[in-house]
Amino acid sequence: MDAVANIKRQFIHELAAAGKRADGRGMLEYRDIKIVPNYLKKADGSAFVELGDTKVIVGVKYDVGTPFPDIPNEGVMTTSAELAPMASPDFESGPPGEDAIELARVVDRGIRESHAIDTAKLCIKPGELVRIVFVDIQILDQDGNLIDACGIAAITALLTAKMRVYDSEGNPTDTVEPLPVRKIPVPCTFAKIAGSLMTDPQVDEESVLDSRLTVTTDDEGYIVAMQKGEYGSFKLEEIMEAVKISKSEGARIREIIKAAVNESD
Amino acid sequence: MERCDGRKKDELRSIHMEVGVLKRADGSAYVEWGANKVFASVYGPREVIPRFLARNDRAVLRCKYNMTPFSVEDRKRPGPDRRSIEIGKVTAGALAPSVLLEKFPNSMIEVAIEIMQADAGTRCAGITAATLALVDAGIPMRDLVPACAAGKVDGEVVLDLCKEEDNSGQADLPIAMMPRTNAVTLLQMDGEMTEEEVEEAIALAQTGCRQVYEMQKAALVSKYGGGDE
Repeated sequence: MDAVANIKRQFIHELAAAGKRADGRGMLEYRDIKIVPNYLKKADGSAFVELGDTKVIVGVKYDVGTPFPDIPNEGVMTTSAELAPMASPDFESGPPGEDAIELARVVDRGIRESHAIDTAKLCIKPGELVRIVFVDIQILDQDGNLIDACGIAAITALLTAKMRVYDSEGNPTDTVEPLPVRKIPVPCTFAKIAGSLMTDPQVDEESVLDSRLTVTTDDEGYIVAMQKGEYGSFKLEEIMEAVKISKSEGARIREIIKAAVNESD
Repeated sequence: MERCDGRKKDELRSIHMEVGVLKRADGSAYVEWGANKVFASVYGPREVIPRFLARNDRAVLRCKYNMTPFSVEDRKRPGPDRRSIEIGKVTAGALAPSVLLEKFPNSMIEVAIEIMQADAGTRCAGITAATLALVDAGIPMRDLVPACAAGKVDGEVVLDLCKEEDNSGQADLPIAMMPRTNAVTLLQMDGEMTEEEVEEAIALAQTGCRQVYEMQKAALVSKYGGGDE
């Protein structure tokens, strides 16, 4: 580890041990969330989200294809993330690496496990034609906590998405309808630094954290996905504290998402 | 409640472990966990390749999780898919807190987990086997790292889901831990659970981990002897 990184690590650790953060935030205080739904015209649904200085864009496009044989009457959703070199000196071009795959899969898990999309309504012709929804995540500026920023952007983009109505023969009509979204899953990510839990880690905090924990909750307060990341560990009490906080923070962020989507309608 | 294979709600499937099963690897282990059959190998500490990954304050721990094409019902296309890559990453995160990586700067420890037969719970069986392989390779560790899942089936929290339960269940929550300090080093969850159910599931999975821990110790003793208090 180079000297500057070591000094930064020591500085952030000392602050965290005293319950403080470099940018003056409280330990459980999120940065400002700005959401621009329907940011793009060509996408079927989209959102531009800023979480502090972290900037991400999610575009939703759908296609029509054949269903999986084991679920012939349901549409399909896939999520992928691109950690473009523009967003950080640490990102390189090329096929998605471990970090991009984990990011996409944690965001995907929240949406999938909360059954946010009514996949039965994506079916056009049972066993033959269904809609396949692509959630594509593009990172513009990585200033920390991509999971939460992308989770917020992904569900917002889905909430704004429109799709064409198909007749029973599988031909497209001129009518469009909203994508059937019935839940708003929200991921809340914690960093553990020097034994202290904090929400919404900024990138410098991420670079020195011991471990990370994401808890995704749905509208009814159910926990629908969890993921521990990086090289540290958590005690049961710490996990349960994170679960509790993510229920209340999730509810708060859900209202911000709803307000942004309603305003854009 | 009646479980599909007749187990009690807090009962593990039958587990068999063997240490030192491969000649060329520096360390290896085999774990049978219900119908899961899993091999793990460890190479290292050795030179870091590619070199730019090297860290001058600790060893790099790389974990590869792979399912053989014949390990599942429909043949799996060989090679890494997104699920395998994610499991490799979280497996490294599960083992790293225990391994004294700081003892081996500028080197690399490579863990490979190969799933020969999969029947739900392969990541836990893989972590359990990888821990034994690390010990077999002589890598210093703070504690063994057993892993075990709990989940929700028919609305009830149960230990160690088998394939049918995993398919029909409402949630799955795998953990790994270092039992000496109760530190949870792997935690994932998908499905739908209340806060109370999450707490119950983690606590139940921890009791599972403790049983797996004893089996790991017994497997090491049967390979290397010792263990008398």
